[in-house]
Amino acid sequence: MSDKREINIRVPVLARVEGEGALSFTARDGRIEDLQLKIFEPPRLFEKFLEGRDYHEVPDMVARICGICPVAYQMSAVQAIESIFEIKVTPWVQAMRRVMYCGEWIQSHALHIHLLAAPDYLGYNSAIEMAKDHADIVQRGLRLQSLGNKLIGLLGARSVHPVGVCVGGFHHAPSLSEVESLYHELEQSIVDAEALIGWTATLPLPDDQQDFVSVALSNEQQFAIEQGRVISSAGLNISLNEYEQHFAEHQVPHSTAFHSLLEGQPYLVGPLARLNLNLQQLPQEIQKLVKQSGIHFPCQNMFLSIVARAIEIRYAIGEAMRLLKNYQVPNARKQTVTPKAGVGYGCTEAPRGILWHRYEVDAQGIIVNANIVPPTSQNQARIEADLRNSLEAYGLQHSDDELRLHGEMVIRNYDPCISCATHFLKIKVDRID
Amino acid sequence: MSEVSKARVAVHKFASCDGCQLAFLNAGEDLLTLSQLVELVHFAEAGPLDPEEHVNIAFVEGSINTEEDLQRIRRVRDQSDLLITLGACATAGGLQALRNLADGEDWIGAIYAQPQYISSLGSATPIKQHVKVDMELWGCPVNGKQVLAAVRALLFGVAPVQDNDKVCQECKRQQTVCVMVAKGEPCMGPVTRTGCGALCPRFGRDCYACFGPAENINTDAMGKRLQGLGLMPDAISRRFHFINNGEPQFHAAGIEWRKCKP
Repeated sequence: MSDKREINIRVPVLARVEGEGALSFTARDGRIEDLQLKIFEPPRLFEKFLEGRDYHEVPDMVARICGICPVAYQMSAVQAIESIFEIKVTPWVQAMRRVMYCGEWIQSHALHIHLLAAPDYLGYNSAIEMAKDHADIVQRGLRLQSLGNKLIGLLGARSVHPVGVCVGGFHHAPSLSEVESLYHELEQSIVDAEALIGWTATLPLPDDQQDFVSVALSNEQQFAIEQGRVISSAGLNISLNEYEQHFAEHQVPHSTAFHSLLEGQPYLVGPLARLNLNLQQLPQEIQKLVKQSGIHFPCQNMFLSIVARAIEIRYAIGEAMRLLKNYQVPNARKQTVTPKAGVGYGCTEAPRGILWHRYEVDAQGIIVNANIVPPTSQNQARIEADLRNSLEAYGLQHSDDELRLHGEMVIRNYDPCISCATHFLKIKVDRID
Repeated sequence: MSEVSKARVAVHKFASCDGCQLAFLNAGEDLLTLSQLVELVHFAEAGPLDPEEHVNIAFVEGSINTEEDLQRIRRVRDQSDLLITLGACATAGGLQALRNLADGEDWIGAIYAQPQYISSLGSATPIKQHVKVDMELWGCPVNGKQVLAAVRALLFGVAPVQDNDKVCQECKRQQTVCVMVAKGEPCMGPVTRTGCGALCPRFGRDCYACFGPAENINTDAMGKRLQGLGLMPDAISRRFHFINNGEPQFHAAGIEWRKCKP
């Protein structure tokens, strides 16, 4: 047939936005070509800002990279710097960092499930709209989100850009009464978290099995959050200083976020990858809940990420309780710090996946250079691959609006830090029939 | 309040970490109450999308970094009765305004292998440098209670009360021991606007001025006090050139100390 036509369709409301995220692809004979997920958050140059700064300025500085996961940035940074200075933090510090991190998982996951992802599956444009018909569901989500924020605030004074973490430990130790009152709240929220797992598992989630490699931290002692080695479902098992030999970031013309590849291939980081690799380390009671939900891991359907987030919320609540149960105000809340020159690495499990840092520091403790690989740039190549597979499987005969919504849902599964941008995803489909 | 008289509100994002928008998204039940009191016309992260509609109140997060940002903030101004900046980036350029102190193009060259793909103005500037701003909410991040109190006051038709005294005052009110006097910490409280609740001194550490300058500050005396505590000139410069480095008084003080030889 000679009716080769090229149609440029723009969704009107989106044409009026300078989106930080945009999607474009060409459809030819039911196949997708030239798909690009464009991220345009203006370059913020943090790695350069860090140069010439004193080591103790780093936690306050890197927090500003992300308002939703500042704890992750602080934790990867102090781990790297402490390794250079050969500081071994006390068990109390290690435990409280994990507690604080649990707070960030709970907060970020609850926000993502309720305010960003769930409205798609129930046919609403926002959680605010959804609350009119499902008030109890949204309120439960907001309660969990608020619980996560309180846990961060316990050790950080506030949940966005907290001020408690320092190289060597913490600036402040919470009082016994503060901990006891929060422990009580954690205990009461278990019911909410368990109901949430069941609820996410009953959402009408598409069945979209795909082939991909999962990457996460692994720790022999416990489900990895704030420390571990980097492992993959393809057998990778490396220490943090070997990261650059296997993972490489490269720039693509259409994005200010780098694409990171493992041995040249896209890979997945985040809650689904973590459960795919480390599920067996969850407590028996939680593994039982997972079984009851009817979801089987390892799982290759990215749409089940929402269930994985709910499972991690339940785990984080129990883990924070375990660590706070016999809380005592410590004698020393931080180690004495003596700067040393060297290179160090830090990697922790941010809510949306591993966050790797590398710092070089001089003998005075001044940062010589820094390299930060956030989870969103690690997932970006995988998101593009997923979009190609998922949109083709969904069927390119669908209208632009339907394709846009499906594309947005795929992207939101990864909870990219451009979640907000994907809400006004620009879609440009060149249809060549 | 009837449907027709509801105030129309928008939340716009420019270059930022998204942390100040969380003042709304972390508000819990208050977010739902807010959605009943006002019409949220545009708030991308929360869902509603109508960036070009007329609104009564526009909250703006983030600083201006690109030509597109510049065009967009002008349109936001045209369609908004009141424009309120939300946090350090929108109010003073934020941490990323540090690029203005150096050669931003060089830096892009150092980070991106192919800098020609990066479109950028080469600077990160506050909203008021480009359009009229009716009210500023300081903080990195803003304090959620202050934001909601501002909305509440505006709905009552009165001007929101602005805190502009110093963190020191807040410490006294809370009976927090002075970390500068007692521990010799290089606390920026004497020049910093209150509003956070003196979180850092309460945690036994130095304030790092994330709420920007208070009224009637003396940056010279502040710098000399830091010197008295043993800080070298470049370290004093960095105290001013941090979260609110683009604010004129902090900017000037930081430049002065940078020129000093140790």
